[in-house]
Amino acid sequence: MAEGGPLLSVRDLSVSFGSGAAEVRAVEGVSFEIGPGETLGLVGESGSGKSVTALSVPQLLPYPHARHPSGSIRFEGAELVGAPEHRLQRIRGNRIGMIFQEPMSSLNPVMTVGEQIEEVLQAHQGLDRPAARERALVLLRRVRLPEPERRLRSYPFELSGGQAQRAMIAVALANDPRLLIADEPTTALDVTVQAQILGLLRELREDLGLALMLITHDLAIVRKMADRVCVMQGGRIVETGSTAALFADPRHPYTRMLLAAEPRGAPVPVPAEAPVVLQAEGLGMRFPIRSGLLRRVTGHVQAVRGVSLSVREGQTVGVVGESGSGKTTLGRLLLRLVDGEGRIRFDGADITGRPRRALRPMRRAFQIVFQDPVSALSPRMRVEEIVGEGLRIHGIGAPGPDRTARIEAALAEVGIDPATRRRFPHEFSGGQRQRIAIARVLVLKPRLIVLDEPTSALDRSVQAQIVELLRDLQARHGIAYVFISHDLAVVRALADAVIVMKDGTVVESGPAAGLFARPRHPYTRSLFRAAFELEPEPADDPPQGGALPGAAPGPELAAPPQPAPTGTEGG
Amino acid sequence: MLRILLFRLLQVPVVVLVVSFIVFLFLTASGDPVRLLLPMEASDADVEAMRRTLGFDRPFLARYGEFLLGAVQGDFGTSLRLRRPAIDVVLDALPATLELAGAALLLATLISLPLGIMAAVRRNGIIDWVATTVSVLGQSMPIFWLGILMILLFSVTLGWLPASGRGHWTALVMPAVALGWYMNALMARMTRTAMVEVLGQPYIRTARAKGLPQRRVVLVHAFGNARIPILTVWGLQAGAMLTGTVITETVFTWPGLGRASIYAVQSRDYPVVLASIALFTLIFLVINLLVDLLYFVLDPRVRRA
Repeated sequence: MAEGGPLLSVRDLSVSFGSGAAEVRAVEGVSFEIGPGETLGLVGESGSGKSVTALSVPQLLPYPHARHPSGSIRFEGAELVGAPEHRLQRIRGNRIGMIFQEPMSSLNPVMTVGEQIEEVLQAHQGLDRPAARERALVLLRRVRLPEPERRLRSYPFELSGGQAQRAMIAVALANDPRLLIADEPTTALDVTVQAQILGLLRELREDLGLALMLITHDLAIVRKMADRVCVMQGGRIVETGSTAALFADPRHPYTRMLLAAEPRGAPVPVPAEAPVVLQAEGLGMRFPIRSGLLRRVTGHVQAVRGVSLSVREGQTVGVVGESGSGKTTLGRLLLRLVDGEGRIRFDGADITGRPRRALRPMRRAFQIVFQDPVSALSPRMRVEEIVGEGLRIHGIGAPGPDRTARIEAALAEVGIDPATRRRFPHEFSGGQRQRIAIARVLVLKPRLIVLDEPTSALDRSVQAQIVELLRDLQARHGIAYVFISHDLAVVRALADAVIVMKDGTVVESGPAAGLFARPRHPYTRSLFRAAFELEPEPADDPPQGGALPGAAPGPELAAPPQPAPTGTEGG
Repeated sequence: MLRILLFRLLQVPVVVLVVSFIVFLFLTASGDPVRLLLPMEASDADVEAMRRTLGFDRPFLARYGEFLLGAVQGDFGTSLRLRRPAIDVVLDALPATLELAGAALLLATLISLPLGIMAAVRRNGIIDWVATTVSVLGQSMPIFWLGILMILLFSVTLGWLPASGRGHWTALVMPAVALGWYMNALMARMTRTAMVEVLGQPYIRTARAKGLPQRRVVLVHAFGNARIPILTVWGLQAGAMLTGTVITETVFTWPGLGRASIYAVQSRDYPVVLASIALFTLIFLVINLLVDLLYFVLDPRVRRA
């Protein structure tokens, strides 16, 4: 082992996928070093090659489909590129630990947490089962998973996202690695949970003298965590330096662009006499809990309780909350996609009890845009069919040139070249697809749009563009928005008024400016602190059943509001 | 889960009832067997007398009710052809069918699973090509045709294996291959698809990042998940194999339930037809129940839900 030298040294690394004419160069001549105990941040947007670089280190790319046309990766003095599989196996999970973006899908769904920790101990240390079990328990305590004894026997679907990431960290640290590679470790988590996980990583790093390679798109995280930063774009490192220097004086235009990509600007002021488009009072939604042999209803989960809000023409109401807070259910209630309690008035007309069939012609006026534009657009329909479907359903315009003109106008308005209208969704980038999803709604000339996390699946710089677009469209057409998001930076840039939700109820609401400047409710404050400062909670890691969602959901939070993919029926 | 099992158990008598009613209805609608039983020169009076003895003069529902009453006590009447209790005829043929289906099931499972797994791990390799060929051949060749081809080659030309009968183990080889052929093809294909899907999951990347040996990654982590959808197809196919026994047993004159039921249908021996169909239904339901139990064992999400 090279004492005193770098722990990891990557020189002139390139990665190609495929061969011949189909060859795609994902990474090109990347070089960096990580010293013992050092944290390196690898920053870039999607497609920049940062994850491919990270996976190259333990040689986890899909070889031989992936190749390294050039480069060397030396870890603890030994070359990893082209090393035989058995040698790599002794390093992976032993000297190098890894954690990933989606903690839930990164754990094997049919093995218990205990088994998944024990197997990595047994593979590398040859421990017998009781010894491995004992050590697994120590590790779960180390990552401060509540109720470690019980969690050993839990399956991943019985954990929250934050708990699953803690379990993943326990797996990665089981054999005291020297290097931890963390690939977007907190991207899929709620802000308060994110802050807790980052706090835990920082603490473990100090205690164990661990070197950390942190891959992320989030500059705020890098700023808090990394000693040095490499900025990647198009497979190359375009800028590198100490964190302090890089943030103080970014040299490369791409770095500057990333730093400037925070959604900015202020919402367009709404005149006080603007008519109210949507008014909702006392909205509520309960889901029954069934149990026992006969599936009798034994209780209810109150996903939304007593929420009132009103939106004026040209106004944006931001709905903020973490997963399980009921914000998505609220959006569906507002549009009567689900029926619950409360009254809803749309343009003065009470639509609460109106039968669905009678509601249908009205729907052109209140529309919804979803989070994931990949799954929200049918992959088998052309863009013009997707955008034109609403026209057809509502009988707007004459079939033929008139409708085509409307489709083209809507596409042009969202910044999509109308000449591409005969293409399929997969031919567009994520940001473009979200623009198409907006065009689909816009073509109907709606009065109100519910936007359910419309920017969450997008890169920061693309988010900023979508926010600009939404603001622009609002100014031009006076559309009212209900903007549902967990992302406070985006909400701040767009919303005139904000309601903060937690466990189905509104904990705080008011004009955006005042609320962001002086949050009053403790939950709002903790949310803002986590989002804007990335400080761990003062009461980091509450016991099971504690106050913070995500860290410890009771059965109530795991239940219907946003059905988990693992949800199964039966009993 | 207990609820599902209980529900399934309650389903059994309902399914049996419905199936028996449909079969009874069709048998009645196809005419009574008396003419077939009597010699050509029998007089109308003879026919009428026979009909009365066998109870065919009575209304349909009364006869069905009587049949049900007997059936729940294990009495399906007397075989018209063999003059023995129908249930005995059927139960005598059952072991031969279980032996054949069991061998075919074992064969199909033991070949298709390793083949599908290896094909998925080394995609586009030689084994993948073999697996694809096997599944295309298996799904495009009907049992009776394959059976006859095998008899021609191994019995007539080479003289290695007996063309029919039951007793020596060599007699089991060809019928088991013919019966398991289709299921093997479908399972190999299904296993490959399920494994390819699972091998692309993030938790497989995690397993590799743990430094686990390839064998453990593939067999424990990947197959541990892929076997759940595979089990679904396995259960469906194991049930469908029952229909396969009818053809296979006919081609190889295998003295089992399938052949017994075909004879019974041809000779309008309706007590035996009803008894064999009741037995087929019961076996099918038992397989379904076992598959449900296996889900319980294999999938913690079902177990803990």
